[in-house]
Amino acid sequence: MKRRISWDHWSAVLVLVPSLAALGVFVYGFIVWTGYLSLTDWNSYIPNFHWAGLRNYVAVFETFRFQSDIRNLIVFTALFILGCLVLGLFLAVLIDQKIRAESLFRSIFIFPMAISFVATGVIWSWLLNPQTGVNLILRALGDTHPPQWFLSTAIVPSIPLGLIQVGIPLALVAVTLAAIWQMSGFAMAIYLAGLRAIPDEMKEAARIDGAGAWRLFWSVIFPQLKSSTVTAVIILSAASLKVFGLIYAMTGPGQDFTTDMPTLNMFQTTFQGSQFADGAAIATILFLIMAAFSIPYLITVLRREEEA
Amino acid sequence: MSIKKRAGMALASVLALGTIAACGTQPSTTSSSPANGSKQLQIFSWWTGVASSKALAALNTQFVKEYPQFKVINEAVAGGAGSNAKAVLASRMEAGNPPSTFQVHAGHGQLYSWVQAGDMSSLNALYRQQGWYHDYPQSLLNLLTFHGKIYAVPVDMQRGNVLWYNPTLFHRYHLTPPRTFTQFFQDAQVLKSHGITPLALANHGNWEATLLWSDVLLGTVGPTQYDALLAGHASWTSPGVVQATQTFTRMLKYANTDYTALHWQQADQLVAQGKAGMNVMGDWAQGYFTTDLHLTPGTGFGWAPTPGTQGTFAVVSDVFGLPSHVKNKTATLDYLKVLGSAKGQAIFNPLKGTFSPRLDANPKAYDAYSRSAMQSYKRDKLVLVIGQGAVNPGFTNAVNNAMEILVSNHNVSQFVHSLASAAQANPLP
Repeated sequence: MKRRISWDHWSAVLVLVPSLAALGVFVYGFIVWTGYLSLTDWNSYIPNFHWAGLRNYVAVFETFRFQSDIRNLIVFTALFILGCLVLGLFLAVLIDQKIRAESLFRSIFIFPMAISFVATGVIWSWLLNPQTGVNLILRALGDTHPPQWFLSTAIVPSIPLGLIQVGIPLALVAVTLAAIWQMSGFAMAIYLAGLRAIPDEMKEAARIDGAGAWRLFWSVIFPQLKSSTVTAVIILSAASLKVFGLIYAMTGPGQDFTTDMPTLNMFQTTFQGSQFADGAAIATILFLIMAAFSIPYLITVLRREEEA
Repeated sequence: MSIKKRAGMALASVLALGTIAACGTQPSTTSSSPANGSKQLQIFSWWTGVASSKALAALNTQFVKEYPQFKVINEAVAGGAGSNAKAVLASRMEAGNPPSTFQVHAGHGQLYSWVQAGDMSSLNALYRQQGWYHDYPQSLLNLLTFHGKIYAVPVDMQRGNVLWYNPTLFHRYHLTPPRTFTQFFQDAQVLKSHGITPLALANHGNWEATLLWSDVLLGTVGPTQYDALLAGHASWTSPGVVQATQTFTRMLKYANTDYTALHWQQADQLVAQGKAGMNVMGDWAQGYFTTDLHLTPGTGFGWAPTPGTQGTFAVVSDVFGLPSHVKNKTATLDYLKVLGSAKGQAIFNPLKGTFSPRLDANPKAYDAYSRSAMQSYKRDKLVLVIGQGAVNPGFTNAVNNAMEILVSNHNVSQFVHSLASAAQANPLP
């Protein structure tokens, strides 16, 4: 018996070592390296490891572009997650009505997820191009001033703060539409699993107590979907914070940086501007924001596991 | 599950991981192993378009014909008008694993940055050996020479200050290609009054507007002052820059409004279709007019230097150098010999839609547009183009960032001040 356990341990370690080593070097090692670079003076092709302290961070935060990035990131993440959750829940409830050809509809709604963000970006940039896309239909319907979609430079409401105007950039709404189209199927799948996990007896009991369909949903079903919501929010926020391909293909940084994101800024600063330390500073800030989102989640998950 | 089975699975996983790791590193191991490495030549570029990849393949075939002991590997990286390729190149150079040779623009941009970083070897001996000091104009070689050492071989020549126009529209409304900005705005007004977009503009990549602005700057301050600005000898807040930027923002008012959504080909398509009158783009656009749209130079599309730049040729030249950390210098030098030769360039350029920068290039091998560009090239003063390799990448990136704001808010003073601080943060040249 004892021998068996030790063999178990040994094989487990053997299996884990390569991936742990790879993870250690290629993920954690490079996080530390990037953090170190962000504190040096390496802002040209010539490597320069002279200590710069937080100078790069200050420089990055003082730019119009990065301030816009932070605003855009918050707006995009909020709109994207909210849109996905609402649409996903709506679709899940519809599919859960024991309809015919359920699996067909399920596939249709989840299918956009299989498309790469770049393809989505290109197609939606055609759809929402004010001269050629859906605006042709809107004009045919008599709309003389159709929206400018991702070409709009308007920010609503426009409250001056720092160098930028704070509010919702309308161009970003167009990008969010594409992102929601792609990812709401995912939220639907999570919610559908959650809905299926609610025992029928519970719903029946509520019905016997005289609850209508609306009441049944809000008082009985919705509260049971909390863990589905948390899971969806965590995964969607990770997708949202690192969004790159969609923006790169659809709009680029946009006029006045209305659709720019820290990821795009990082890429251009590092590889086009060859300002490696500034790029590393942006990457580190993005990493800290990601950590702020995911660490509380990890803590609750670990605690729950300990309790269980 | 039995012990044996578990052990088997464990072993299988380890093996699988090992294989993946091996696959991942394969390219670099083959290139560094002496047996293969000496025979292989990695040619790095962003030539993935139809014409340019065909031209590169033909050049490589010619090279292998002359040097059959080598095998050429085409390592072209697609996308972003070369910006993706530059990103890949930067990571390879930093890792000490440069390609055998790579495409870069002539000037104080990326090329000079690599030279400053000590990553390039000088080619003076090669130039002497091949007699190239007499085959190319000195004014072009000056753009490849830093502190007396020459670092690259030019393979093609493109012009950055070209105004393309629709000859049918110009004939119909009795217009002539504008030689000055005053004439430009007169023409623009006429076109506008007939419901035609005067100036087609594309700015999806955010370098197209920078190119237009660079040409307006050149046309406003003249080549001498323009060179002084690029060399860091003049102020970016000087009246000339302000005036040029004002002219630029005034031009934007005559442009289509959806330029953020358009790629440069789409802007030229507007001109070809007669929906717009003019467009400013490098002469890589002529390949698009002739090859993609099947137009005849002169009748299908017309060209002129951008306003105020007669007698000046804005150089966008693809050049190749010798990375100092490359494993087999002879292979690279042999490739450069073919690339810089009259024969190699005569094969390469007509296919690519560019022309050979050699003084002995045969004009008969080229179409009407390229012949006229060749004439200007041999006669005109040569300058560089901001955003096309003229100045260091940090400054260029800052100009592009400032441009993204200028096209939206038209704030000239804010723009020139961000240029000035960018020049301070990224010293020119």
